Amino acid sequence: MLLYLTKRLLLAVAIVVLAVTLLFVMIHSVPGDPASVVLGPRATPEQKALIHEKMGLDEPLPMQIALFFGDAAQGNMGTDVFTQRPVRDIVFGELPYTIVLILTSITWASLVGIPLGCYSAVRRNSFVDKIIGVLSVSMIAIPSFVMAVYALLIFAVLLGWLPAIGSGNGGFWDGVQHLILPAFAVGVGWVGYISRIVRASMLEVLGESHVRMARSFGLPERRIIVRYALRLAILPTVTVLGVGMAHLLSAAVFAEVVFARPGLGALIVHAVDTRNYPVVMGTVLVTTALFVISTTLADLVNAVLDPRVREGL
Amino acid sequence: MTAISASDARLIRGNSAWAEHWGQLRKNRLGLFGLFLVIVMVSSALLANFIVPFDPTQIMVGPRLGPPSWAHPLGTDQLGRDILSRVIMGGRVALIVALTSLAAALSLGLVLGLVAGFGPRWLDNGLLLALDSVRAFPVIIFALAVVTLLGPSLLTVVFVVAVTSIPVYARVVRTQTQSLRDHEYILAERAMGAGTGRILGVHILPNVIGPLLILVSMDVPLVITLEAGLSFLGMGVRPPTPSWGTILNDGYSYIQNSPWPVIAGGIPIILTTLGFTFLGEALRDIFDPKLRRDV
Repeated sequence: MLLYLTKRLLLAVAIVVLAVTLLFVMIHSVPGDPASVVLGPRATPEQKALIHEKMGLDEPLPMQIALFFGDAAQGNMGTDVFTQRPVRDIVFGELPYTIVLILTSITWASLVGIPLGCYSAVRRNSFVDKIIGVLSVSMIAIPSFVMAVYALLIFAVLLGWLPAIGSGNGGFWDGVQHLILPAFAVGVGWVGYISRIVRASMLEVLGESHVRMARSFGLPERRIIVRYALRLAILPTVTVLGVGMAHLLSAAVFAEVVFARPGLGALIVHAVDTRNYPVVMGTVLVTTALFVISTTLADLVNAVLDPRVREGL
Repeated sequence: MTAISASDARLIRGNSAWAEHWGQLRKNRLGLFGLFLVIVMVSSALLANFIVPFDPTQIMVGPRLGPPSWAHPLGTDQLGRDILSRVIMGGRVALIVALTSLAAALSLGLVLGLVAGFGPRWLDNGLLLALDSVRAFPVIIFALAVVTLLGPSLLTVVFVVAVTSIPVYARVVRTQTQSLRDHEYILAERAMGAGTGRILGVHILPNVIGPLLILVSMDVPLVITLEAGLSFLGMGVRPPTPSWGTILNDGYSYIQNSPWPVIAGGIPIILTTLGFTFLGEALRDIFDPKLRRDV
């Protein structure tokens, strides 16, 4: 187990390093000069050189990469080209908003999705099961940004029930109100996804011998389903959530833009708009790390649950 | 005369495997609905030049942000352009992006997967690490990073989709190739002196391409979503070229003034992704029930 853990962690670090290196190589191989994009066409060579120095673009490529990781390892991710603030402070200032949004979304999606999937499996092939099935596929298929804009249109603009933009004035209740619509848009696809996974694994578990055993003892059906079947059937969901981090992050980007919420997504979109390379690189590093950490965690949970996986790597 | 068994009948009517599949699809109501939506979307994209009532980029003197009317069934946008015409042309853009990028990803993924699956161990390991590091980016984050570098354009979207899909396809091809290459008929072929090219081209490729095509077809809605999403952020298709994403974004900017552009921009995205998803799921169940991939 310890060997597996070490291997998996090393692989995770290698992937993050490779991914960011790839990005550096791409930046370098593109003909355009980031400095002229920032400064506009009338920039003097001196101004360009200054910006180059600030962005670290005056070093040779391998040096740039080494410097970036050296700095990142010490918790330094460069400074914002425009405001001169450290990128680390900016990124970690925005991170909590995104984490809160993602956690809220996934929580409500699980609370709705698990019972739906469970009910579907128990009432297999019934009319309600089929309706839930079609709804689940639809919820997965509809893009989250369309969902976000429609939610904004219906609940904020037309009905005026909830605030449209921002993250609130700092008060708890106000924050919750501002969180409802974005969390709805991010989570709705996951309701469908979770309900499908739970349904499939419930069907598998319900056919197993310990459930038949419980039945033959005459235990009440509700207790069999919740205590003996669902407890096992939920496990695959946990591992899928890790891999699903990428989808959650993508959905969060759109939700933050549509609802003008602060967060990593809004930050990176704005940084891309203004060609603020250090901020883009910092955000990419943190999101990629976040993603790799969550997939690695999911793999580890999987390995703990299933000994066969450990042997595989 | 002896009775003809079902399998003989199948031999006589050569195409009945397809007839059987069609029969299965016909029984799947959701799949049929998906097929209908896909046909509507594809044919309107193909015939776009002939059926648009107005030039989608023509700025007109009529009402701005007008509600639906007989002249403009989906209303007009903030510049007075006819939204229906823009929606039809936007479908064409979405389809072009989906087809070109998926074709590129398919061919490159196929080659890389075959190489990884059939080549030496070190090459396999190296390729896997490279593929996994590309996959380490959440797609939208990768897309945004690429846009910073290449600037927003149709080609950038195609590039992003191709690069992010290649690892998925290559992995599927690799796994299939590896399971096939130790089969006895491959060994026999090799014993008879067949080269790597013949083994890959004649024996492995036909076995790999089927499942891969189903995967690719199920990715069409994802690509359409990504194109619309990037265009929505103003980082995909450039104006004045219409895209469903830009229509939605234009509508979003004026959401306080009129709900119609937002409604008109979102519904084609929803219908198309639903259509391709329903059809893809039905096709997968028909052709290969085992091929169930996580989202």
